[in-house]
Amino acid sequence: MSKQASAPHLLDGKILGAAALDAFRKLDPRRLMRNPVIFVTEVVAALVTILWLREISTGAGAPFFSGQIALWLWFTVLFATFAEAVAEGRGKAQAASLRATRSDTHAKRYLDPINLGGLYQGVNALDLRVGDVVLVEAGDIIPSDGEIVEGVASVNESAITGESAPVIREAGGDRSAVTGGTTVLSDWIKVRVTAAPGSTFIDRMIALVEGAERQKTPNELALSILLAGMTLIFLIAVVTLWGLAGYSGTNVPVVVLVALLVTLIPTTIGGLLSAIGIAGMDRLIRFNVVATSGRSVEAAGDVDTLLLDKTGTITFGNRMATAFLPVAGVSEHDLAAAALASSLADETPEGRSIVALARVDFGAADPDFAGATPVIVRFAAQTRISGVDFPGHSIRKGAIDSILRHVGLPLEQTPPEFRKAVEMVASSGGTPLAVAGNGALLGVIHLKDIVKPSIKERFAALRAMGIRTVMVTGDNPVTAAAIASEAGVDDFLAEATPEDKLTYIRKEQIGGRLIAMCGDGTNDAPALAQADVGVAMQTGTQAAREAGNMVDLDSNPTKLIEIVEIGKQLLMTRGSLTTFSIANDVAKYFAILPALFVATYPQLGALNVMRLASPQSAILSAVIFNALIIVALIPLALKGVAYRPVGAAALLRRNLLVYGVGGLLLPFVGIKAIDIVVAALHLA
Amino acid sequence: MTLVGLAQIALVFALVLAAALPLGRYIAALFSDNPSEGLRFVAPVESALYRAAGVDPAREQDWLAYTLAMLAFSASGFVSLYAILRTQAWLPWNPRGFDNVPPDLAFNTAISFLTNTNWQAYSGETTMSHFSQMAGLAVHNFLSAATGIALALAVTRAFVRSSAATLGNFWVDMVRATLFLLLPLSFVVALAFVALGTPQTFAGAVDAATLEGAKQTIAIGPMASQEAIKQIGTNGGGFFNANSAHPFENPNAVSNALQIWAMLVVSTALPIAFGRMVGLPRQGYALLAAMGVLLIAGVLVVYGAETAGNPLFAQFGVDPAMGNMEGKEVRFGQAMSAMFVAVTTGLSCGAVNAMHAALTPLGGFVPLFLIQLGEVLPGGVGSGLYGMIVFAILSVFVAGLMVGRTPEFLGKKIEAREMKLAMLAILILPLVILGFSAVAAMLPAALASLANAGPHGLSEILYAYSSAAGNNGSAFAGLNANTPWFNVTTGIAMALGRFAYVVPVMAMAGSLVGKTRAAQSAGTFPTDGPLFVGLLVGVIVILGGLQFFPALALGPIVEQVLMLAGKTF
Repeated sequence: MSKQASAPHLLDGKILGAAALDAFRKLDPRRLMRNPVIFVTEVVAALVTILWLREISTGAGAPFFSGQIALWLWFTVLFATFAEAVAEGRGKAQAASLRATRSDTHAKRYLDPINLGGLYQGVNALDLRVGDVVLVEAGDIIPSDGEIVEGVASVNESAITGESAPVIREAGGDRSAVTGGTTVLSDWIKVRVTAAPGSTFIDRMIALVEGAERQKTPNELALSILLAGMTLIFLIAVVTLWGLAGYSGTNVPVVVLVALLVTLIPTTIGGLLSAIGIAGMDRLIRFNVVATSGRSVEAAGDVDTLLLDKTGTITFGNRMATAFLPVAGVSEHDLAAAALASSLADETPEGRSIVALARVDFGAADPDFAGATPVIVRFAAQTRISGVDFPGHSIRKGAIDSILRHVGLPLEQTPPEFRKAVEMVASSGGTPLAVAGNGALLGVIHLKDIVKPSIKERFAALRAMGIRTVMVTGDNPVTAAAIASEAGVDDFLAEATPEDKLTYIRKEQIGGRLIAMCGDGTNDAPALAQADVGVAMQTGTQAAREAGNMVDLDSNPTKLIEIVEIGKQLLMTRGSLTTFSIANDVAKYFAILPALFVATYPQLGALNVMRLASPQSAILSAVIFNALIIVALIPLALKGVAYRPVGAAALLRRNLLVYGVGGLLLPFVGIKAIDIVVAALHLA
Repeated sequence: MTLVGLAQIALVFALVLAAALPLGRYIAALFSDNPSEGLRFVAPVESALYRAAGVDPAREQDWLAYTLAMLAFSASGFVSLYAILRTQAWLPWNPRGFDNVPPDLAFNTAISFLTNTNWQAYSGETTMSHFSQMAGLAVHNFLSAATGIALALAVTRAFVRSSAATLGNFWVDMVRATLFLLLPLSFVVALAFVALGTPQTFAGAVDAATLEGAKQTIAIGPMASQEAIKQIGTNGGGFFNANSAHPFENPNAVSNALQIWAMLVVSTALPIAFGRMVGLPRQGYALLAAMGVLLIAGVLVVYGAETAGNPLFAQFGVDPAMGNMEGKEVRFGQAMSAMFVAVTTGLSCGAVNAMHAALTPLGGFVPLFLIQLGEVLPGGVGSGLYGMIVFAILSVFVAGLMVGRTPEFLGKKIEAREMKLAMLAILILPLVILGFSAVAAMLPAALASLANAGPHGLSEILYAYSSAAGNNGSAFAGLNANTPWFNVTTGIAMALGRFAYVVPVMAMAGSLVGKTRAAQSAGTFPTDGPLFVGLLVGVIVILGGLQFFPALALGPIVEQVLMLAGKTF
């Protein structure tokens, strides 16, 4: 399972301090322009401040009231910029540690990238260009992203993955990509540079976690348009109100109109929108997944079909022994003991699983060699048999046909229960191994693909979310079907070639579905590029890493499921806070409207359902509530709304109740509470 | 409220639904993309017309071509109608010798009829010749309604089709909507009106001697035919100034029920047709349910407010049990007047059988608010459906994110472009209504038209611009709208309310039709259940209505609390 890198605590003191400073820096109107709701708030805050100053100098009006409104409007803007700064703060800490690995690295560049036997010279890593070939020896930091053209080396990639165990990188095959900033521990490699300076993997990661070049994602853009549109509508409503109120003989002070405007426009979601997006990316990075675009994170929430490789994702990478099926006259225990003896020196995962099964489940004891040194028969490709000889015993295990050749029996002449066992194992998708002792058949070992524990439940959860899972395997259809039904996937692709994957993805996409998959090989690259969410493994080839739109640093294919959940959580958080923000407006009307006109029409006091103390305190309380709700929701914006895999209808019902109805009711309580405090402190 | 009154209201709604179900199926078949579902009798009639007009019915238009065809058609309709009105004195069928219509009024009236608004700043019986009524106004009663239906179908096709470029052919949709939907329906309903006592004649007027011996000129004319399309096309422009309150237009309780039925039936059938055309009948019912919830609530509030009456009447010796009968026809009664009020404004019909200005403030608040919500309950023929689709898209966008997916409606992803166009569309109503109202409220020239001071006067102004921008056409009465200021500004408001709204909506349809229709799954936001209906109602009220609340607070809301406190203006 994925591990979470040590994440700074949500409200880490150091981050908060830096963020508070940043919040003021972000008040620059040129930067705030990107956020129309908060920009409008800033403009009117400045306007009210000027009016307040004028009131102070002329002594007219109610400067104490205007001053407080101005103050809380500035707080509204500050709280919004603060939310963004906090979200960015967590990424900045991470970027600093990444940047350290990028410090001036020296590279040994070959003068002639064709003749690798020639001379090389030392250059600065920043001077490397795509196509250059460099030599990296033990102890060197790899200067840039590249492809190994010659050599094999063990590489410490902890700078990127946080995983300290070294990995083997070699020319050719699926393990040929290296990442700049990682360190060669032993041997040497010659690397062709594939990334220009400033656009290496680490550079992109730094930019990503810092959010420096953060572009609005498509859905964020659409939401911004909705918010800007609503702001415009309420601007029209408030500006025209000045004329309509004039007709009614009410002179509504500009300060009050501004207060009405700011409480009606969706400042809550407007202030938290970018923080939600940054926090979503941040969650992904803490899961050790690097997305090359925000678009792909949103797409992850929309995925309809997950294409999962069988090996390593659905099953453990290796087959394991699960049962001993003896022939007549041999007890299960005897067969287990023989199997144990034959596998004692077998270091393959299959061999170890036989040992474990025999010892743990059958209590078989290690054979008594009686002081003699056993003769180990190691597995060889020609014989496909392994085993052990010790005084009085000659035990062998291996593929069925190999063992039959060893004991000199055609299959027809074997005991019927042996044949039945072989057939049963094969038809259930497993692999049968035969065991022979002193030239006689003892029985069959059932080796099977072990489906990872609890994976079935996860698929069921995905199904509830409306996501189909498709298993991709090179196995024959019988084996594939058996594993598919055991794991509970919705569909499978047997004997699949990379082209089959690509065809399947295209077919699904034409049907209007979004596909996510993961892969690591160069032959996965076309499918990774075609998929809507393509997660490449960090251990994979450069081609795969470039084709996908996310890279999993842990190279854990199961993580696809978490990625989908993070995508959904991001969208849900946005939707919930938008709904909440819009639903808030109803209560604010009930607070401010009676206060606006009660001087002209005292009877409108009937609408003052909250029984707020005075018109001024009503307006002030609404503005204060509007500002404080942003701060109150920062933790939710950063943490995200909890995701439950229960299907859209149930999710909608729940969230609509919590954020829709809750958003309708909460401000009534909140504004009333603030009003009590405001009245008690004689602030208005 | 009485049980009998409620039963009457329920009965008319039931009759509408009973007719709308088959009619919706018929509309879906009439405009189906799938020729095997199409109607066989259509082709021979149509093809002759297309040959004559030089239209290739097989050539489909993208959103821009479709919209330009609609705009060109409307522009030519404006020019011809304006010309007829300006020259009616010299044209035939003018038995009473009316003068040419003055320029500002002709401008206002031409826009009014071509936008399906039918705002009438004049009294029909003393202004319009029979030629103007029949060749001018009645023609546009058909064409403006057909235009609305055509536009709604184009928007519907944006969801029916996947990865397509075209939205249909405007000319084909117009011909089918007029010839095979509006004409036959109007014909039958017109005959029913004749049977119920509505005059249908080319004669101009009859003279009658009153009991005092005075001579009275009573206007008559081709009324039943006009009445039928006025209701079916949700036009609302009456032959008489008194509109459906006039005993010739609407002689009795049965004709009144028929009027309500006729104005509701096509707009109710269209969402049903929408559901069938997109292959999800439940979706059509869900839209209809949202419309129904708000409309029925509107009817009940008006009915409740009017039967509760005005406490100030008691001092004049009026029996409080009668409720508020001021401005209502005794032959229709409280229930059917209340229903007419809410329905004509929930629709963008605008026919009236009672004087809206004489409603209690709360009763008057309802029609005003229903218009401001965007005329989607169920709205004008066609315009109600596409308006509702805009609200559905907004609902899906706001709340759809809460299920953790990029919002989609009927499998079409709602992205920045759709959002931009939808917001542009819903911006129009507040901009036009509140903008013009605020200016008029400060302009002495406009204020001179008011009959009442105080909040009631403000309601008159708000109502005029709401009615114009919402393409409703009903009048609050009390306001003298036939002044150059109001003729020009309401004319502009009507044009903006129709065209500035529908052009972005069509652009949105053009963008949606090109998208792949995504498969539905358990993870998809369900848009056909009660939850969505509730959400849609909430979004209509909050996004469509809240911005009008400050203005309404100064108009009908304050008037209601003042009335209860015993103060009048």
